[in-house]
Amino acid sequence: MAKQIRIALRNCGVIDPERIEDYIARDGYMALASVLTDLSPEAVIEILKKSGLRGRGGGGFPAGIKWEITRNVVADQKYVVCNADEGDPGAFMDRSILEGDPHVVLEAMTINGYCTGASRGLIYIRAEYPLAVERLKTAMGQSRSMGLLGENILGTGFNFDIDIRYGAGAFVCGEETALIHSMEGLRGEPTVKPPFPSVEGYLKKPTNVNNVETFANIPIIINKGWKWFSSIGTEKSKGTKVFALAGKINNVGLIEVPMGTTLREVIYEIGGGIQYGKAFKAAQTGGPSGGCLTVKHLDTPIDYDNLIAAGSMMGSGGLIVMDEDDCMVAIAKFYLEFTVEESCGKCSPCRIGNKRLFELLEKITQGNGTMDDIDKLRNLGTVIKETSLCGLGQSSPNPVLSTIDNFPEEYHEHVTGKKCRSKVCKSLMQYLVVADKCIGCTLCARNCPVDAISGERKQVHFIDQSKCIKCGACMDKCKFNAIIIN
Amino acid sequence: MNMVKLIIDGKHVEVPENTTLLKAAKTVGIDIPTLCYFELKDMNIENRPGGCRVCVVEVRGRRNLAPACNTMVAEGMEVFTHNIRVLNARRTVLELILSDHPAECLTCSKNGNCELQSMAQQLGVREIPYAGEQSKYRKDTSPAIIRDVDKCIMCRRCEMMCNDVQTVGALSAVNRGFMAVVAPAFEMNLEKSTCTYCGQCVSVCPTGALTEVDHSRNVINSLADPAKTVVVQTAPAVRAALGEEFGLEPGTLVTGKMVAALRRLGFDYVFDTDFAADLTIMEEGSELLDRLTRYLKGDKEVKLPILTSCCPGWVNFFEHNFPEMLDIPSTAKSPQQMFGPVAKEYFAKKLGIDRKNMIVVSIMPCLAKKYECQREEFKVNGDPDVNYSLSTRELAHLIKQSNIDFNALPEEDFDNPLGASTGAAVIFGATGGVIEAACRTAYELYTGKKLEKVDFTELRGLENIRHATLDFDGLPINIGIAHGLGNARKLLEDIRAGKSQFHAIEIMACPGGCIGGGGQPYHHGNSEIIKQRSAAIYREDSGKPIRKSHENPFIQELYREFLGKPLGEKSHHLLHTHYFDKSVGDFIEE
Ligand SMILES: Cc1cc2nc3c(=O)[nH]c(=O)nc-3n(C[C@H](O)[C@H](O)[C@H](O)COP(=O)(O)O)c2cc1C
Ligand code: SF4
Ligand code: SF4
Ligand code: SF4
Ligand code: SF4
Ligand code: SF4
Ligand code: FES
Repeated sequence: MAKQIRIALRNCGVIDPERIEDYIARDGYMALASVLTDLSPEAVIEILKKSGLRGRGGGGFPAGIKWEITRNVVADQKYVVCNADEGDPGAFMDRSILEGDPHVVLEAMTINGYCTGASRGLIYIRAEYPLAVERLKTAMGQSRSMGLLGENILGTGFNFDIDIRYGAGAFVCGEETALIHSMEGLRGEPTVKPPFPSVEGYLKKPTNVNNVETFANIPIIINKGWKWFSSIGTEKSKGTKVFALAGKINNVGLIEVPMGTTLREVIYEIGGGIQYGKAFKAAQTGGPSGGCLTVKHLDTPIDYDNLIAAGSMMGSGGLIVMDEDDCMVAIAKFYLEFTVEESCGKCSPCRIGNKRLFELLEKITQGNGTMDDIDKLRNLGTVIKETSLCGLGQSSPNPVLSTIDNFPEEYHEHVTGKKCRSKVCKSLMQYLVVADKCIGCTLCARNCPVDAISGERKQVHFIDQSKCIKCGACMDKCKFNAIIIN
Repeated sequence: MNMVKLIIDGKHVEVPENTTLLKAAKTVGIDIPTLCYFELKDMNIENRPGGCRVCVVEVRGRRNLAPACNTMVAEGMEVFTHNIRVLNARRTVLELILSDHPAECLTCSKNGNCELQSMAQQLGVREIPYAGEQSKYRKDTSPAIIRDVDKCIMCRRCEMMCNDVQTVGALSAVNRGFMAVVAPAFEMNLEKSTCTYCGQCVSVCPTGALTEVDHSRNVINSLADPAKTVVVQTAPAVRAALGEEFGLEPGTLVTGKMVAALRRLGFDYVFDTDFAADLTIMEEGSELLDRLTRYLKGDKEVKLPILTSCCPGWVNFFEHNFPEMLDIPSTAKSPQQMFGPVAKEYFAKKLGIDRKNMIVVSIMPCLAKKYECQREEFKVNGDPDVNYSLSTRELAHLIKQSNIDFNALPEEDFDNPLGASTGAAVIFGATGGVIEAACRTAYELYTGKKLEKVDFTELRGLENIRHATLDFDGLPINIGIAHGLGNARKLLEDIRAGKSQFHAIEIMACPGGCIGGGGQPYHHGNSEIIKQRSAAIYREDSGKPIRKSHENPFIQELYREFLGKPLGEKSHHLLHTHYFDKSVGDFIEE
């Protein structure tokens, strides 16, 4: 796996996460020590800015600039928040880091506190991650007792301590303003930005929110220098990205690759190619509201900007591979179902619009769609994206829009031909009797639960499509392969 | 103040920094439509959740459209408020909202007064291309307010009013996604919540999701019943606002026309709640003096400050939130509830009829009064002292239904004896008015001297919390005034903490006092309307020949003939009440 470089995951699976000594042996807390003793906050921020590190939680905002903004706001109290909500279904990179290398997050948050002027850190973590919570607690206890966290850290007079907060269980609570409201005991829903959390966040105080993986990159950048870090990756996206590979691919799991790696390299070299040698059809990136990349994107270097240009996004790093058996309309519907569930309901385009997108997709997959419905999907999707309040609604139509753009013929077939080429959309399937194979044994008619099949003994049978519920019982029973799916 | 230059629809605009695009556009005559945004200027009331998204505009260089209500101006910004992209997005968003809305305009009580309806009209929506499933909820009827949240558009105005302004917290967003809606916690009935029925949520709701319980049909039936003598009383704030429903300028006083209209509706006697307000002053003012003199004599039993009790929304609030302080407010009933027993125990006897055959209707700027008149302690053997309380809006509907050309009506006078009132009673309608009226009387009773300057202008205004020290002939009297329950809460918490310096405090639940009440014509966020109503109230006061309650000859007659003296035996029985601890949530029973 030569293509992989482990930066964020460098300690995962290598050290015993419950032993601080292991972490220290791998240069742990060296960055904190040098920051606290040798570097001014400005100097650290300068290193980060030059490194080109961008937020790994989805937005890709330059970390150094965020730290600088938080630092520059004058306030009596500031906070550092680690976003460990990881709500994308199928994503588990943050969990892996927290379980495998908890100290790196504590160290980075403490460095952030020093740079921004915050004395308190909060880790907002999914309640479904009990092991990660345990490991974090153990790690916090160890670093406190070694003077690496708490009062007077390393004898420098710098104070910083960290608390754990549990997530409310909603996907949108990973959005930073919603996350902050949730921590404040309010309804977990986003508010309009600006003000950004860096200016007005938790309890109205400046709050630096970064993702777990973003934090995991910090100490090593300080140890190895910004030049080293910025030599990895593309012009505007530096370093590596952890992806959770899933779907119809041979090697699923976490990978960490330099920014700029192509989809082809990820799928065929690291992922071992498509299962059962089937044809690659699409890769969905960026979680439930990402878009689909297709064959024509196989050689596009993956970075923040190229993904946006392709109608998708980096998101937190989900990467789901689809093959020829996947129906792109059904895929879009599947993701929409998720967003309809997860919308907080605050703004009208997302609250109502996503529901309507879902309903239109349902209509199409049930064979009742019209060409007009495709236009509606397009217009509605565009409007939802450009008018929604938060990142959820601003991206939720991506799966629909990008599949319409990349696979228009599949939509057209569903609508005009009432056909699903991947045979996924049940309502569009037709069970048909092949006349020259049917011997009229009546077995199918006797097994049909809704009496949709008629025919005299020794005569060719007929399936009434208006009655058929597509259960497939007839096809299973027929001994002569006389029933096929159209 | 730093000024910022930008271009909106090709026009050069210069506004102070931290101005929203919405307001910046207004300065050059560009009126961007809004739904969730709401503001009551001068009262610090603003709702800016950025939720409806109909106000979106295009800002050059931004990927997404920006909500004008929530986007601040920036130097050199170039904004387009009606290009094709914006118009399409705005229309689509509105079509989406309408697609999840029951199209029941014809039978909706908001018909003609609905901001959603006018927006559909303004944007020329003629069909709903995105029809689909609609969210459905249970209808919830309380003694004063109906929640028909199928019509809720999640603008959150009610939530802002109930939480930020009133600090009651009866309403908040519940559920997620498509089923998200504003409701009491656990979606329990409003009646089971801590709602005070102040009606402020109703007064700001842009749609028919929150409306008053309509009792006008009961009133029509009573008027048609020959066995009943139907008496009506009208609260002071009604006359300052009713004209708005008939196209008159806000602040037009329509006292005479209102009386004429009520007479034409068939009421047997058209009386004035102002009469009862004068009576309230007699009782409340005497109570103030009584407590004050005992306090000055060092009586440790006496609690000061005394709090006014004529606002039932406020009474509900302290019963829910400050149960340990139930002995601080005055025990005097509200004017509406003083009027009831005077009508049924005094006037009915004068007429020689049984109280059961008298129907008392009140016309109120208020929704809490609907609940108040249904309280058990205000009934005699099941017969309520006040049978029905109609809002100003309901009266306007009643007048329109009865083919009365309001503007062509002559000016007529109230009937006697319960229609005579003083200027002191009129100002009950505005924040600060009750305490001013009480001081006019208390001053003379306490000092025995004639009050030369009747106008205590230091007690007037719209600031959230006001205080003034009046000179009672050498004795400084500290007066506090709060309107809006959030402001009241602050004063109450000071009292609880033993920090209050006041002798007397006036509290009104509604911002602005009853002129801004939950039953008044909808002001749609125009605070100028509330100011005009207030001005009208004080105009009516200064035009009155008698301006002190104790000088009302009919009040004097009432005491002579019937009540005896203020705080006397009969007054105690008929005009005073007691309060209940409602702090334990009723909903536990369910
Ligand atoms: C709907 C939604 C869900 C999000 N969920 C997460 C999440 O689970 N974890 C995360 O780190 N960021 C999430 N984000 C992004 C955060 O808002 C925020 O940008 C991020 O935590 C900032 O950290 P970074 O700059 O280090 O990426 C989400 C954003 C949106 C709009
Ligand atoms: S876009 Fe969706 S999730 Fe975000 S605020 Fe609007 S309704 Fe809530
Ligand atoms: S709330 Fe408005 S739009 Fe809705 S039915 Fe009533 S009048 Fe019509
Ligand atoms: S009537 Fe007043 S207290 Fe009741 S819900 Fe409305 S705003 Fe809240
Ligand atoms: S009930 Fe009315 S005021 Fe409250 S959110 Fe719904 S539409 Fe807005
Ligand atoms: S202020 Fe007036 S209108 Fe408002 S609740 Fe009190 S009495 Fe009613
Ligand atoms: S008015 Fe601006 S979002 Fe509702």
